[in-house]
Amino acid sequence: MIFQAILILGGTGLVFAIFIAVANKKFKVWEDPRIDVVAAMLPQANCGACGLPGCRAFAERAVEGTMEPAGCPVSNTDQIHSIAAFLGIEAGNAAKRVARLLCAGSTDVAKQRAEYRGLSTCAAATPVAGGGKGCAWGCLGLGDCAVSCDFDALHMSATGLPVVDVEKCTSCGDCVDACPKGLFVIQPLDHNLLVQCKNLVTGDSVLEACQVACTACGKCVLDAAEGLISVASGVAVIEYDLIADAEERAIERCPTGAIVWLQGAQFARLPALSSAEAA
Amino acid sequence: MAFFGFAHGVHPPEEKELTSGLPIRRMPFPDELVLPLRQHAGKPATLCVKVGDKVERGDPIGLADGFMSVPIHASAAGTVTAIDWWPHPDGTMAQAVHIAVDKYAPQVPRPRLVPRWEGLTVDEVVKAVQSAGVVGLGGAAFPTHVKLAPPKDFTVHTLIVNGAECEPYLTSDHRTMVEYPERVHFGCRIMMHTLGVKKAVIGVEKNKPDAIAALERTKPKDLDITIMPLTVKYPQGAEKMLIQSVTGVEVPSGKLPVSVGVVVQNVGSLAAVAEVFDTGLPLIERIVTVTGHGLRRPANLIVPVGTKLKDLLTYCDGITADAAEVIIGGPMMGLSQANLEAPVIKGTTGVVVLASHETRGETVYPCIHCGRCLDACPVFLNPSWLGDLARVKRYDDMAEFHLADCMLCGSCSYVCPSNIPLSQLFQASKVMLRRAQQAGAA
Repeated sequence: MIFQAILILGGTGLVFAIFIAVANKKFKVWEDPRIDVVAAMLPQANCGACGLPGCRAFAERAVEGTMEPAGCPVSNTDQIHSIAAFLGIEAGNAAKRVARLLCAGSTDVAKQRAEYRGLSTCAAATPVAGGGKGCAWGCLGLGDCAVSCDFDALHMSATGLPVVDVEKCTSCGDCVDACPKGLFVIQPLDHNLLVQCKNLVTGDSVLEACQVACTACGKCVLDAAEGLISVASGVAVIEYDLIADAEERAIERCPTGAIVWLQGAQFARLPALSSAEAA
Repeated sequence: MAFFGFAHGVHPPEEKELTSGLPIRRMPFPDELVLPLRQHAGKPATLCVKVGDKVERGDPIGLADGFMSVPIHASAAGTVTAIDWWPHPDGTMAQAVHIAVDKYAPQVPRPRLVPRWEGLTVDEVVKAVQSAGVVGLGGAAFPTHVKLAPPKDFTVHTLIVNGAECEPYLTSDHRTMVEYPERVHFGCRIMMHTLGVKKAVIGVEKNKPDAIAALERTKPKDLDITIMPLTVKYPQGAEKMLIQSVTGVEVPSGKLPVSVGVVVQNVGSLAAVAEVFDTGLPLIERIVTVTGHGLRRPANLIVPVGTKLKDLLTYCDGITADAAEVIIGGPMMGLSQANLEAPVIKGTTGVVVLASHETRGETVYPCIHCGRCLDACPVFLNPSWLGDLARVKRYDDMAEFHLADCMLCGSCSYVCPSNIPLSQLFQASKVMLRRAQQAGAA
């Protein structure tokens, strides 16, 4: 009796084992072994900042040769070069891109029109009378972007504006999605000229709400190269196709400082939140 | 007729006695009116005046942009002084037309043709209602003419008139029914004619016996209009709850009321339609309840659309030192105001000034899973679970748990012993979900 059971079970096992062995040979998909190696060299953040669905997809494309190793914005130069050396290809030179905030209305220059009491997130405050800020377009400073950042690259300053750490920023775009006011844009780090304002009100009345708002006076338009800056529906707009023509002269006559000449990080002047306050 | 009612709901303090006995009075014209071009659900009106133009009372300043839109009319004679961005009651900035009111103008509207509804086809009535700029005056400001022209593949058998006014504090519909019951019935007659229905039911909460009596007294003999007293319960006046109370039929999730053969209109909208076919005037003023324990002299006022809150509150002798919050609409669903420069618009049912002792405690405690929000939710959602999902930003999962059925009535927030602002979480989640869906579609 017991031998019968052993035979049946053992026989079934053998049949399936043969089936699996055949299937393994027959349906084997050959995969470039370098993909696993390259994937392991990548940061494994799966942030999607390169535009591909995760680090493995990036590794596949890199091995294929359709993506330069420098296309990974999270890896530092050493990591990129080691990947390039491993694959024996050029590292490439994708421009470093970072998130930029289109608002400079920190609490010391922008008026609060009301006291907001409720859930302390920007997404919740926006439907409640647009939040307490005097400017309806401006940053509410409740830090949804800082929460959304996976790379510890966004910190709220003591004056209620998020400051992007350009070293750590990977331009993944999570802050762009998190901001209910749509104030973040992803831009190459070497784009020096930026209008840090989205307020569409024209004229000096806007200064009641915020001292650093764009009044749409048009002085920067005159001072910049032809066609680089224009004033459209109450705010200065930069034509980034012509950014190569940008000169620092364009911002000199701005009465409010809404347009800025950036070298590296935004808001260098803002005091950072001390670690005690952050905790 | 049997009374069906709806399950769940809450009983907030009514606080209607502040204004329910006060007759409607007319507010004098302010010095300046601000008329946003977006005062209704649907597409904003397109501007048709320029700075410096003289306008008479009732002249259009914005034209309807397509079928899902209504025009905006000047609510007083004066001069257009500016067209710029101005605070809107919903908290954003919106394009608005400023009119400096002519102090010595007689404020008599231009000679006009009053349409005779008996001789008009359905399309002509719909067109007349649209060009008069009539929107739902219950708060959502959905264009009334759209509801008068339901899709052809639905048959409408009943017109339900919403006189429930379940929001605490507000009495504008109550006073309309008490003082202008004929106008409500006349509006009802026009709507029944246009929709081709034989039956109308006016639902009124039982806490307004004088309104029920006035409507019964003036009821036309030749029409099948029933005045149905309803249980006093929030949110009795929500469209789907009202349909359930009146007909016993539940509107399926995600469907419009017309799918069960009914159309719901607010009593204020009926009176506005009656006004159009009575005087030929467009919707340029509305009845607003200005009330609250933070206000010196509560009142029911006929207010020109575009009056700034500042002027309105000043006319009511201003706010007390104890005032803490100004809300447009009722305290349950209304919008907190951050700027008293914002104007009264067509959808403004009331302005409530809460005193500091009426605003809620700020400390939010953890959820104790008592389940009171489940017993309160009129559409049988699980607010506790949805709140947990909202906090971890799982908006897609919230959609699966029928976030779309939430009408933000605030019953869950009202009963929560831990002060969790559930309704606010859902509002924010709805916004984020819509953004994600738009990003996905683009």
